[in-house]
Amino acid sequence: MISNFGNLLLFASIVLSLSIIYLSNKNLKLNGNQITKHIFQLSLIQSTTVIICFFTLIAAFIVSDFSLITVYQNSHSMKPIFYKITGTWGNHEGSLMLWVIILSIFSFLFLIYNKNHPKKFRLLTLIIQNILIIGFLFFILLNSNPFSPLSPIPKEGLGLNPILQDPALAIHPPLLYIGFVGSSIYFSAAIASLISNYSEKNFASSIKNWILISWSFQTLGILVGSIWAYYELGWGGFWFWDPVENASLLPWFAMTALFHSIIVFEKRNLFYFWVIILCLMTFILSVTGTFLVRSGILNSVHTFASDPTRGIYILSFLSLMIFGSVFLLFKKYKTENYNLNQNSKETFVLVNNWFMMFYLVTVLLGTIYPIFTDALSQNKISVGPPFYNAIIFPVVVIFLIFMSIGPNASWIKNKFDNIKLYFSILLGAILINLMIILFFKNFSILSNFIIISALFLILSSIKDFVVSKKKNNLDLGRIISHGSFGFLVLFIGLNYIFSIEKDYNMKIGEIKKFDNYSIEFKNLELKDFTNYQAVVGEFEIFNGKDRNILKPEIRIYSNPKTLTYEASIKTSFIKDHYLTMSNIDRSDYYNIKFQEKPLMIWIWLSVIMVVIGGLLRFFKNAKNS
Amino acid sequence: MLQKKVKKRASLLAALLLVSILAIFFILQTLDKNILYFKSPTDIKNDQDIFSKKKIRVGGMVKKNSLEIKEQEIKFVITDFKNELMISYSGTVPNLFSEEKGVVAEGKLQDKSFFIADRILAKHDENYMPPELQSIMKNNDK
Repeated sequence: MISNFGNLLLFASIVLSLSIIYLSNKNLKLNGNQITKHIFQLSLIQSTTVIICFFTLIAAFIVSDFSLITVYQNSHSMKPIFYKITGTWGNHEGSLMLWVIILSIFSFLFLIYNKNHPKKFRLLTLIIQNILIIGFLFFILLNSNPFSPLSPIPKEGLGLNPILQDPALAIHPPLLYIGFVGSSIYFSAAIASLISNYSEKNFASSIKNWILISWSFQTLGILVGSIWAYYELGWGGFWFWDPVENASLLPWFAMTALFHSIIVFEKRNLFYFWVIILCLMTFILSVTGTFLVRSGILNSVHTFASDPTRGIYILSFLSLMIFGSVFLLFKKYKTENYNLNQNSKETFVLVNNWFMMFYLVTVLLGTIYPIFTDALSQNKISVGPPFYNAIIFPVVVIFLIFMSIGPNASWIKNKFDNIKLYFSILLGAILINLMIILFFKNFSILSNFIIISALFLILSSIKDFVVSKKKNNLDLGRIISHGSFGFLVLFIGLNYIFSIEKDYNMKIGEIKKFDNYSIEFKNLELKDFTNYQAVVGEFEIFNGKDRNILKPEIRIYSNPKTLTYEASIKTSFIKDHYLTMSNIDRSDYYNIKFQEKPLMIWIWLSVIMVVIGGLLRFFKNAKNS
Repeated sequence: MLQKKVKKRASLLAALLLVSILAIFFILQTLDKNILYFKSPTDIKNDQDIFSKKKIRVGGMVKKNSLEIKEQEIKFVITDFKNELMISYSGTVPNLFSEEKGVVAEGKLQDKSFFIADRILAKHDENYMPPELQSIMKNNDK
């Protein structure tokens, strides 16, 4: 029943998309700048249909309708209601539905919010976007149908992997999807702009807010994923340079480059083709990421249900997109006359873009390199964090310096008249760095450089705030984003330098001592919960002043049968204490890992502030237009 | 006048090209230094010049009754059912680590039969087997 209804809605969506394309095409041939009402109505109906379709799936999850394969494989009647709902997009099929929802809602919103742009551009954007929607709907219908029926109907479902039953992971996919599926709209707009020769500055104003909003959500999505990894995976870190994480970072670099260069395009009518390339690249990288993650071609510590046939479909879709874009780009490419002064804001924005491209190439190479060596030489290799750390960290130093001085450069021709001020800021940064060394601990030369450059960016941002407040031309969004990024690097740096990590094998009653810490294994309890059993350890950490009790758990879930460990984390403003425990193959010994992680909470807060900066800019733009 | 402009632009382009080439070269160099090769115990036995200071990953099944636990150290033997390798490790093992289950260890080879690991890889899924291991097992079946 529910299966037929769902499939019907999916078909209806395809028909609606086709009619939108047909009507738009017809409308294109008419004179005048009016778009017929029918197109608006159809687009609205389409979004509604897709949303109803998604809610149908959610309903199937809530009532545990195991006549659907997807529900059977990913849900269980005993699961808490919250996780029944979030389980809808916690699997491949459901998450693709979410994908289509965002494609169609963005398509509709773009249509209604860009009334003062040429008809041809708007309709072409709509057509391209609907081609994307059809592509994904076919993918869903042919390969990943969430409404595939199952018979005979099983009595019970297989359940959702317990480590996915988590509030952070419930909101992680929607956030991330608004980010990288949202980038589809400026992919479509870029192609429409190429076809319709709409290359004026106005084109920038039609997409810049979409870039900002997708960027903000992408950043939040990455943050939530990192927080989840930190407390759930039990390694105590939050970023592992795993292919799945890299996949979310690649479009992020392109987006960041894009919303910097689009400022230049809007102000100075420069870099049109570069902006177009970035628009196309962002969405292509998003789909590439999906391909890498879902096809199983790369192995990752994050298990995603992967399936080669999916990979083939996404890969062909991806190749079509890439060839189409490249072909169009070459056909329409005209040499632009760059008359750039080397010392101008334009150049500084380009510098930002070079850095972004450098990071992008680094991460992309590191991520796909194992595929090539496997195909070419049969050598199984993996690329770990040392590669990324060795490349990205030294470059960050120069990047931060540019990030501090770039925004204050003037358009067209810049003069450095405040070099003295920057020198005193640099001195201030060096001084603070010296104090950290003096009062706490010495660290490596590279770390010194990173801390100093981060401080330089923070102090410059504060200076910018004070100066521009006086002049009354405050660009709060930019200052907050840049300053907070400085804080982010600073906190990550300090966190890295001052982290403590100790591993022990312990029995109950044992005490381990190091420096002025002592860890006592006090007790072990077995507890029963509704859907799992837990072995709960009790550890007392004493560092000369405070006593902290930490209670890590080993959980045994019944459906599906899985073992997980829950780290016990005591968070304070200064530091986190982090303890995980695992049993060593049926012996009396427990393997524990104790970590002290300074300033964790400030790392999260800095990212949130970076996003707030982006959103401020978004609201400012929205108010002005 | 024009010539000067062209010259300036050409030198700028050349500089850009040079920087890009250097950047790519730098990335590839670092990549080459930081890749981890994956080996099975049989690979290690057959490979003549495997001794290097480079880190590698080894994988296999933890042999039954080979696990030895001391206060600071865990020792076990991994096998691909043809050859074996002794592994010593001090640190946290993942919960799913146990005898007769697949494992991947990262570290340095001491000699052809002894390996010191500094990381045992955690995987989420109980049925999970690293793809590298799967293909090794498949090859052994032949």
